[in-house]
Amino acid sequence: MIEKDLTARAENVPVIPARSEEIIELAEGEKIVKTRPHALLPVVTNYCPGCPHGIMNRLVAEVLDELDIEGKTIGVAPVGCSVMSYDFFGCDMVEAAHGRSPAVATGIKRVHPDKVVFAYQGDGDLASIGMAETVHAATRGEKITIIFINNAIYGMTGGQMAPTSLPNQVTQTSPYGRDVHTAGFPVRICELLSTLDGVAYAERVCVDSPKSIRNAKRALKKAFECQIEGIGYSIIEVVSTCPTNWGMTPQKAFEWMRENMLPYYPLGVYRDVKADGFQDIYGAAAKRAEGCPIAQPPAANEGSK
Amino acid sequence: MATNKVLMKGNEALAEAALRAGCRFFFGYPITPQTELAAYMSKRLPKEGGTYLQAESEVAAINMVYGAAAAGARAMTSSSSPGISLKGEGVSYIAGADLPCVIINVQRGGPGLGSIQPSQSDYWQATRALGHGDFFMPVFAPSTVQEMANCVYDAFNVADKYRTPVMILADGMLGQMMEPVVMPEPIDPATLPEKPWATCGHGGERFHNVANSLYLVASKLEEKNVERFKRYEIIKATEQRAETFLCEDAEIVLVAFGASARIAHSAVVTAREKGIRAGLVRPITLWPFPVDTLATTFDTARAYLSVEMNMGQMVDDVRLAVNGRAPVEFFGRTGGIIPTPAEVLAQIERIAAEKGLGGCCCTCKNSDEA
Ligand SMILES: Cc1ncc(C[n+]2csc(CCOP(=O)(O)OP(=O)(O)O)c2C)c(N)n1
Ligand code: SF4
Ligand SMILES: [Mg+2]
Repeated sequence: MIEKDLTARAENVPVIPARSEEIIELAEGEKIVKTRPHALLPVVTNYCPGCPHGIMNRLVAEVLDELDIEGKTIGVAPVGCSVMSYDFFGCDMVEAAHGRSPAVATGIKRVHPDKVVFAYQGDGDLASIGMAETVHAATRGEKITIIFINNAIYGMTGGQMAPTSLPNQVTQTSPYGRDVHTAGFPVRICELLSTLDGVAYAERVCVDSPKSIRNAKRALKKAFECQIEGIGYSIIEVVSTCPTNWGMTPQKAFEWMRENMLPYYPLGVYRDVKADGFQDIYGAAAKRAEGCPIAQPPAANEGSK
Repeated sequence: MATNKVLMKGNEALAEAALRAGCRFFFGYPITPQTELAAYMSKRLPKEGGTYLQAESEVAAINMVYGAAAAGARAMTSSSSPGISLKGEGVSYIAGADLPCVIINVQRGGPGLGSIQPSQSDYWQATRALGHGDFFMPVFAPSTVQEMANCVYDAFNVADKYRTPVMILADGMLGQMMEPVVMPEPIDPATLPEKPWATCGHGGERFHNVANSLYLVASKLEEKNVERFKRYEIIKATEQRAETFLCEDAEIVLVAFGASARIAHSAVVTAREKGIRAGLVRPITLWPFPVDTLATTFDTARAYLSVEMNMGQMVDDVRLAVNGRAPVEFFGRTGGIIPTPAEVLAQIERIAAEKGLGGCCCTCKNSDEA
């Protein structure tokens, strides 16, 4: 959505929302129950129709509900199409400067280590201007959860080339297609971050079908649990679309995504220290640095001061 | 009762006083000449149950401060000139979100990488435009180690009271200098007033809090800015701080802050010995600029001399305050050079000669005689 469109949705309603429920009665006693997660405020979002940002905002809210953590969660909104998500999420929210969400989240988490802190970021925000903040929050093993929406484009500013735009992808600022000889190659964030010892959980998902949405929610929940259990930093990358700036219908955009993005950004778990048999990132890191005496935890390192 | 005087470096006094003011969260990035401040914090904070975090950059550090301040804590960062430039973005967001925090600039020479020697060349940056947008922040300019300790205390209080970032503008000389100092009484952070606006989790007790500087409806942003500037008016009316020295009958009024005020002070003493009625106004807050104190000199002043360690920055504010009542001159050294008392005295004598001042016999008051 283009920046100017945001002004249309300016007045949000600051009331404590009840859990809303809409029931559509079907024939033969069947019914569809539409509920809004409590952690999603009853406001109209500013996303374009068919944009996965809406799905992901909802999934995050559902997970906050299911883990019953809305009241102890502080979210960080980025600069990008989801900038105004501070008005959508029911938990306390902080709006960060472009790319700085992981640093802002770090500050919050250090003050409230017993609370849950997440940052929701786009690919320009996370992988370009905020790459230093991203990498360092990850390597510090900050107990925060990052939700990373990779739509291979700068959505909010109207469709410029992103660090994740594919080779030969046409965008407003790569009108002849991304030329890897001059614009270089896309960044694969899950692969990159999984090399860092601070990362406890990294998974790449997508939300193009009910099945993949259910899977994305499972991953998201796991990422939040990883934070709550103090295991380490967690990130969920969502391979997404931008129907508006890709110039496609939502269905066509998902098709293009499946055809071009998924081979470049394969789905799956990239790091899971718990599944690898470690209690947390510290155990996993010590094991990785087995041959390095100084890098061992103090107990094992006794006497070597 | 014996006062508890200790000998401390300026940078360490800033750190210790911040701890005593209830600051438990420090985010920084190494740079000379503020090094001792961060080192002190890294040593003390873990023992006080706080957080010292060496960020990946000044950009990250100030954004960590933003997060910690939004979360309701007294948070601080320190750096020196090149690092402060990087903090500009974050400070603008902090001001826009109405959050309190303290930023310390132990200035060095500039522009660019400049030098690592003392300087006051970030005056404009601190008082005019550290970041984009319509905002100011209170700026304290201590000139002794004792005052460095005291003003950290004041800075946190002013920050919380008006929900604004506050800067302490020191320099490499003050940071490195050792002087005896009596530390202020420690505050237990748990006893600080509640911050009902903090984003710390609503616990199901209230509507969500939001820390934000985005207002896409023009009239909303204007409303916000106008409200903030009303607060600035209160700050201007109540938070100006300055000290005067021999100004009652001063014909040549020097204006100097921080390290250069110490030199100007010596020059005034010598000028008085030579029978020139010189005085000194020393701004302790640079924003708000102490125009009220300066106004008390209008009756006697025949000329002003702004003494700075830069190419002439505060002199603009002196001119605005004096508003044509008397000529305002400037003397400064730059590049990391500290002006000498003799150089400043020579300027006073030149002005005295040009104006036919000095050589008075009966009314001139020396500080020792007064
Ligand atoms: C410092 C700064 N630079 C540039 C911008 C302009 N800007 C706003 S959103 C955006 C890109 C966002 O893209 P992405 O992070 O991929 O999020 P999306 O909109 O695609 O969800 C840019 C460059 C800004 N707001 N701040
Ligand atoms: S479709 Fe694209 S432009 Fe529209 S809200 Fe989604 S990411 Fe933004
Ligand atoms: Mg994007």
